Amino acid sequence: MREQLSSESVAHIARLARLQISPEESERFAVQLSAILEHVEAVRGLDTSGVPPTSHALDLRNVLREDTPRPCLDRADVLAGAPQAEDGRFRVPRILGEEP
Amino acid sequence: MTEGAGGADATAIAARVRSGEQSASGVLERALAEIAERDDDLHCFNSLMADRARAVAAEVDRKVAAGEDPGALAGVPVALKDNLCTRDAPTTCSSRILEGWIPPYDATVVRRLVASGAVPVGKTNLDEFAMGSSTENSATGPTRNPWDPTRVPGGSSGGSAAAVAAGMVPAALGSDTGGSIRQPAALCGVVGVKPTYGVVSRYGLVAFASSLDQIGPLTLTVADAAAVLEAIAGHDEMDSTSLELPAPRCSEVLGEGADGLRVGVVSDFLADASADCSAAVRAAADVLASAGAKVDDVALPELLHGLSAYYLIAPAEASSNLARYDGVRYGLRVDGPDVETMNARTRAAGFGAEVKRRIMLGTYVLSAGYYDAYYAQAQRVRTIVARAFARAYSQFDVLLAPTSPSVAFALGAKTADPLEMYLADLFTIPSNLAGHPAMSVPFSLGESGLPVGVQVLAPALGEREMFRAAAVVEAGASRAARGPVGARSVS
Amino acid sequence: MSAVEDRATGGAGNGGAVPDGWEIVVGLEVHCELSTATKLFCGCRNAFGADANTQTCPVCLGLPGSLPVLNRRAVELAMRIGRALHCDIRPSTFHRKNYFYPDMPKDYQISQYDEPINADGYLELPGGARIGIERAHIEEDTGKTTHVGGGGRIHDADHSLVDYNRAGVPLVEIVSRPDVRGSEQARAYVSELRAVLVAAGASDGRMEEGSLRVDANVSVRPTGSDELGTRCEVKNLNSLRSLGRAIEHEAARQVALLEAGQRIVQETRHWNEADGRTSSMRSKEEANDYRYFSEPDLVPLVPDAAFVEQATLGLPLMPAARRKRLVSLVEGASTDDAGSTDQVATVVDLGLDELVVAAVGLGADPRLALRRAANEAAQRPEDARRLDATIFADLLGLEATGTLSSTQAKTVLAELLEHGGEPEEIARRLGYEALSFDELAGVVDGVIAAHPAEWERYVGGEEKVAQLLTGQVMKATKGRANGKAVAEAFAARRS
Ligand SMILES: [Mg+2]
Ligand SMILES: [Zn+2]
Repeated sequence: MREQLSSESVAHIARLARLQISPEESERFAVQLSAILEHVEAVRGLDTSGVPPTSHALDLRNVLREDTPRPCLDRADVLAGAPQAEDGRFRVPRILGEEP
Repeated sequence: MTEGAGGADATAIAARVRSGEQSASGVLERALAEIAERDDDLHCFNSLMADRARAVAAEVDRKVAAGEDPGALAGVPVALKDNLCTRDAPTTCSSRILEGWIPPYDATVVRRLVASGAVPVGKTNLDEFAMGSSTENSATGPTRNPWDPTRVPGGSSGGSAAAVAAGMVPAALGSDTGGSIRQPAALCGVVGVKPTYGVVSRYGLVAFASSLDQIGPLTLTVADAAAVLEAIAGHDEMDSTSLELPAPRCSEVLGEGADGLRVGVVSDFLADASADCSAAVRAAADVLASAGAKVDDVALPELLHGLSAYYLIAPAEASSNLARYDGVRYGLRVDGPDVETMNARTRAAGFGAEVKRRIMLGTYVLSAGYYDAYYAQAQRVRTIVARAFARAYSQFDVLLAPTSPSVAFALGAKTADPLEMYLADLFTIPSNLAGHPAMSVPFSLGESGLPVGVQVLAPALGEREMFRAAAVVEAGASRAARGPVGARSVS
Repeated sequence: MSAVEDRATGGAGNGGAVPDGWEIVVGLEVHCELSTATKLFCGCRNAFGADANTQTCPVCLGLPGSLPVLNRRAVELAMRIGRALHCDIRPSTFHRKNYFYPDMPKDYQISQYDEPINADGYLELPGGARIGIERAHIEEDTGKTTHVGGGGRIHDADHSLVDYNRAGVPLVEIVSRPDVRGSEQARAYVSELRAVLVAAGASDGRMEEGSLRVDANVSVRPTGSDELGTRCEVKNLNSLRSLGRAIEHEAARQVALLEAGQRIVQETRHWNEADGRTSSMRSKEEANDYRYFSEPDLVPLVPDAAFVEQATLGLPLMPAARRKRLVSLVEGASTDDAGSTDQVATVVDLGLDELVVAAVGLGADPRLALRRAANEAAQRPEDARRLDATIFADLLGLEATGTLSSTQAKTVLAELLEHGGEPEEIARRLGYEALSFDELAGVVDGVIAAHPAEWERYVGGEEKVAQLLTGQVMKATKGRANGKAVAEAFAARRS
């Protein structure tokens, strides 16, 4: 039996996923995620030594396009869905952290 | 079902429109009327694209009148799952977070449908971002099964499956990441096809799990599925994972029968399916055998590990694919004093519980210290699943299995327990992990008089053998198990 | 900043080198924008300076449903960089680097992680030092954020505005090994790298437009130690000047902490050009968990030999090889003039080495050709690059044979560069006729007569007095005398 995820772990994951969660949600996620992880525990136990991982279903390689310009979108279309725009740009509240 | 699109299959409509016997505009108006009459009860659609549909239908009629080729699907009304981008029409993924977003471009499949004369009529309901197996995880409310409105249509392409099953449209597109076309097709008594990964372009399909997602048709008949697949498949330079091959020509093999076809029955799945579902597989195997197929059981216990691998891989990819919904560029924003808080509040308000759960799970399995134990291990299991299939396909041309462990279940029956819901995809997931084609064909009536689907699986690019077998299964199926059901003359 | 750090670095702009007994160790990460016509994964133009958000499409805006397709030219340029930096060019894959930032449309960056296209190379600096290159991988650029209010600084801003024109521009990130010692060498590395990137045709090299962006990993250790100290990554280095200053400041800060018995915290620090300091960037606990995984929307890149060959075809000689070529020319000549390293570096930097090599091919004295190119031609490099090698060789010939004195030759060269023409014609016009043997003899005798004491010392074997005497001859002839002829005249009168 796996240990249940701690509330610190859940809070850490939520921060990474940039999701604000309430204390009740945090508790629920701890229980549900633990149950799902418990279920997939069998996978962890499988002997996969010497088995390579598959990340793509197909064995394609070297898919390239030519360096030829294509038309861009009109700026009106680009900004049409913006929750807030200013001066032809997307407006956001101030940024606390710098680009990592 | 005295008149109209209700009941007619796509191939028949296209033939009549092409010959001038029926107008595309007339077919469209009857489809819109059928939707208007019944969709308040079933909620198959999130939105309609009536203006654009009328313009497309008028163009088809103009071509017919002018003697130009209006395309193979001329005048066929088609419903689009609401995770396919449509220019000038909302695309919501049944999520609050995309409320009000109107894409500035069409998905490749939408462009190809229109080019083949089909008429996109509207956007169908789904489990939010295609995460679910019942179409209950939708910000716009659940879709109901036309066979029994107290039951789910399956999911996540539940709106598309129900719209076809109800006779509102003869064809629809869905997307299948772990069974999201095939399982609702089975639960609604229609045909649903997940093609080989890379056969249909994903450009314009809002991504759930990119290495597993594939678009495919839901139709009343196997022949219609082949026709729609032929219209949407083929290489697309906008999708790096698109195969450089022409669309598989499946229509031409439908009459070839099953003589000499080697069919394996995945025995491991039968034990995990309800009695009616496993009995349908046995009966379908008999149909194939009497048509000359060589039928045998095949043991593939590794496939049952697919579910666990899937529930690590799909959420991991989803957690990354869904990061972009951050309130900056489109869709919902819930304001905050700084951008970090704004992001977190927007995502908290915009995503439903199941989507959040999968984002959390995916984030966890990719995070430092867990990647190898979960994600990398799941990718190795993916290899094991593919190897098991390879073993099977060294002896068989196609495999036969249940599509779903049970017939349509009651609304709310599985919403409390995510794991219970995940089990609905146990038999469909392995094909996605391997990138193989698979389809569900309505076969019989099971418990409570509800339809049961049988799944035909094939190796990569084995679409022609798959359709060949499916046509034989369809011919031997009970007509009563197939939509349309409950069209207005009946209800 | 702690009191220790503050005292050590002396506040604004006073970051000197570290005290004796300490060594500065630097690794550099340089992001280079590739000069392609279009972006890395879409057909939007890759051009600097367009109106905000006019060079965008569903792909580079990361709109739902959009998918990336890799630009062939970007791959070719990356391979050219790899070849120029002596890297192994390898099969490679793309990964997603996941983190939230408003200038990143998908909230992940498509980059290369454990399988980069180029690995294990080196860059040779003027002077011969080799800096190891760990990797040079392909990735996409982010958009650009403008901070509004609070003087445009991120932390004091009222809000920010985002322009995605730059989002998806192809980058190659070149990561050096921690082989760089001190700020001077760091600057030399970046200028050399810049020259290589420009020569490879991969970049326009414009640091001021952000085409090249540099981050420095700085640590210090006691001289003689071969262990690496804890490093800090310094960001926001917008010029070679800030790079040098920031490294010195950061190293001094670290030494001060260590000498005070404190320890270095591994972190990212921001260089503030105005204050002349680095300061700790707000770093959250999860900031470094990028959750890399294989990009499912892109397939592996497995270039075969023919593809690599075609991409790197026509790659010109790199600066280091061009320097070697000059050095070997000069070494083959008889010369008493040492210290040519700087001249070689200057000539190659300014692209005048072709001129020198060609003139030597036409018979010019290598030493003299190098010297005139590095000193005089270097004053007008653009004109000099256009100068006909035959004309340059003619001029050098006139000087070597003593027809023109050095002073005269320099003046003729300046004239040639400014207005063009033929060396002999210009010399005639300027009245530069070589002194006759008799005329020179008269001047030499006059100088000996006027400086009897010095002459005695010279005769007595004090060689350095010859300089003074020669200077007097030059003065009397207004530079028309040929140095070699003067030396011979004095020598003849001594014996
Ligand atoms: Mg980078
Ligand atoms: Zn673009």
